[in-house]
Amino acid sequence: MAAEKPRPRLAVWKFASCDGCQLSLLDCEDELLAVADAVDIAYFQEATRGTISGRYDLSLVEGSITTAHDAERIQEVRRRSRKLVTIGACATAGGIQALRNFADVQEYASVVYARPDYIRTLATSTPIADHVPVDFALRGCPINKRQLVEVLAAFLVGRRPVTPPHGVCIECKLKGAVCVMVAHGTPCLGPVTHAGCGALCPSYDRGCYGCYGPKETPNALSLSAWLAALGMDERALQRVYRSFNADAEPFRKESERHGG
Amino acid sequence: MAGRTIKVDYLARVEGEGGLKVVVRDGKVQSAELSIFEPPRFFEAFLRGRAFTEAPDITARICGICPVAYQMSAVHAMENALGISVTQPLRDLRRLLYCGEWIESHMLHVTMLHAPDFLGYAGAIDMARDHGEAVRRGLAVKKAGNEILALLGGREIHPINVRVGGFYRAPRKRELEPLAERLKWARDAAREIVRWTARFDFPDRERDYTFVALRHERDYPFNEGRIVSSRGLDIPAAEYDEHFEETHVERSTALHSHLRGGGSYLVGPLARYSLNFDRLSPLAQEAAREAGLASRCTNPYRSIIVRAIEVLYACDEALRIIGVYEEPELPSVAAVPGAGIGVGATEAPRGLLYHRYRLDADGTIAEARIVPPTSQNQPSIEEDLTSFVGGFLDRPEDELRRRCEQTVRNYDPCISCAAHFLRLDLDRG
Repeated sequence: MAAEKPRPRLAVWKFASCDGCQLSLLDCEDELLAVADAVDIAYFQEATRGTISGRYDLSLVEGSITTAHDAERIQEVRRRSRKLVTIGACATAGGIQALRNFADVQEYASVVYARPDYIRTLATSTPIADHVPVDFALRGCPINKRQLVEVLAAFLVGRRPVTPPHGVCIECKLKGAVCVMVAHGTPCLGPVTHAGCGALCPSYDRGCYGCYGPKETPNALSLSAWLAALGMDERALQRVYRSFNADAEPFRKESERHGG
Repeated sequence: MAGRTIKVDYLARVEGEGGLKVVVRDGKVQSAELSIFEPPRFFEAFLRGRAFTEAPDITARICGICPVAYQMSAVHAMENALGISVTQPLRDLRRLLYCGEWIESHMLHVTMLHAPDFLGYAGAIDMARDHGEAVRRGLAVKKAGNEILALLGGREIHPINVRVGGFYRAPRKRELEPLAERLKWARDAAREIVRWTARFDFPDRERDYTFVALRHERDYPFNEGRIVSSRGLDIPAAEYDEHFEETHVERSTALHSHLRGGGSYLVGPLARYSLNFDRLSPLAQEAAREAGLASRCTNPYRSIIVRAIEVLYACDEALRIIGVYEEPELPSVAAVPGAGIGVGATEAPRGLLYHRYRLDADGTIAEARIVPPTSQNQPSIEEDLTSFVGGFLDRPEDELRRRCEQTVRNYDPCISCAAHFLRLDLDRG
């Protein structure tokens, strides 16, 4: 038997998040053991007792930065990682918890906790790229596990992952799905939302709610006019952009134009 | 050796971030504390001002492992506030969706997270080198659960098809039928997994828990029923706050729940099973007896067998539902906004999940409260450590540490949920 070639070391890191994006790796039931053969899963706290040591060839980072401790920890993760890929809306845009960026975090803490003075948290929830250089960002709330496998496969051969930045509208057309906005008058964020889900919501007779965040060159201004014509009021227009990617710039800017 | 401290800085194989500290003095465990340092995300705060229709999608993001539980408690609470009820096929579809989540979540825990403790591995991937068939079988059953979620929910994590009043699109009967083939295989495999877990070596530890779970007049509980306890509590969900309270301790970003008037309690598979054994399907009851379990189980280490039994039940129940399913006329019943207060209590894989909302006249959420299972179990986990770890104190440090972790993992604690969890710190003085 030939000498075993050292396998690349993979690490999976968690910051403020729901664990769903790293779970996507464990949800690759058919591919998981093959992935474990191809890479050395050197640090993956959700799946195994292992310790942080040495350097990692690829770090997958889930979650956003919401505490001073995490702001320091991400620096350490970056120092130890040859390539760093953010996975999901929290790591890439701050996540749903970035709604605090539009509010007063002290007031938030007082609503949830009897002793807000016990809570140590930053005023904002920020994406990883605000803190350290990021080599690639995989979108979605949650990410699509097939796209995650593509990211791992691309990394193993040293190419850039293929995750098209066009809109959900294109995915509907590719799929032959009926346009819920044109055919049913259902408000839909598909025209401004990044592809990756496979046009899931429209395939279930529902408008896209933007969980993959803004696509390349989104025209949210124009979409808002259409949404208003379908009966959405100013508050609803603000809310529709302020969800899982609320602080992604095109969505944040558009939300700031509404609210009345 | 007068005393020592066992410390686990960052507990592995749990969902989220937490630590554990056990203080030993004069050969006895003096205290055991779980600290949850999962950063708070403030869901109850930012739900205010959102439309009632948004709660299922937003609260799903509390937990990537059990998003359906959050969606189910949210929709039931909203329907309670608005005074609407869903039709039988929609009720059945919600049970089917929940079956998918129990299968996926329990199989993740049984195979990937908990079994390595019993077989002596750092994780399932190491375990797969010697127990490849068991890991592959567990993953294949998990996949059967995820296939239900993907078909009915649109995707496994954060399903998109759940709405207040029902679903966006109800599946055709012929779409469900292909699920049945794999579920029949999964049901047989789950029976083997029950036998596999029953052969593990279990510490002989029991506690007289106060079990709390839903109980329904006919069914093993998912979405409906009264909240009952092993000490005679029997209340509708609307009276939850009169009987349970949350307190905030400094070491934790999760709240701790107690019964008013004092006392910890336990929610989750052991509680559900012990309070509802008679509601399990004959096949699940038979598998439990074969595994040597009575109709009540008070050894928390055996929770791994109970989870496997619940997976078997969920496969059985999913097959029953697919068999009797008739397509509904409409995928949802209309939800007209209005002022009101609504509560929803459903059985997440880890136990009772309570939501309460107050709505304004236009359906805007004015107030939200969410009590996840891990907050409710936290005092009980600490009591288990205090009472059980004493028996392991003569063991080497590393084994002791592993025993502490195993004891916590009995609960399949979901820290992402609760912080709204683990380091082990053992102080022997």
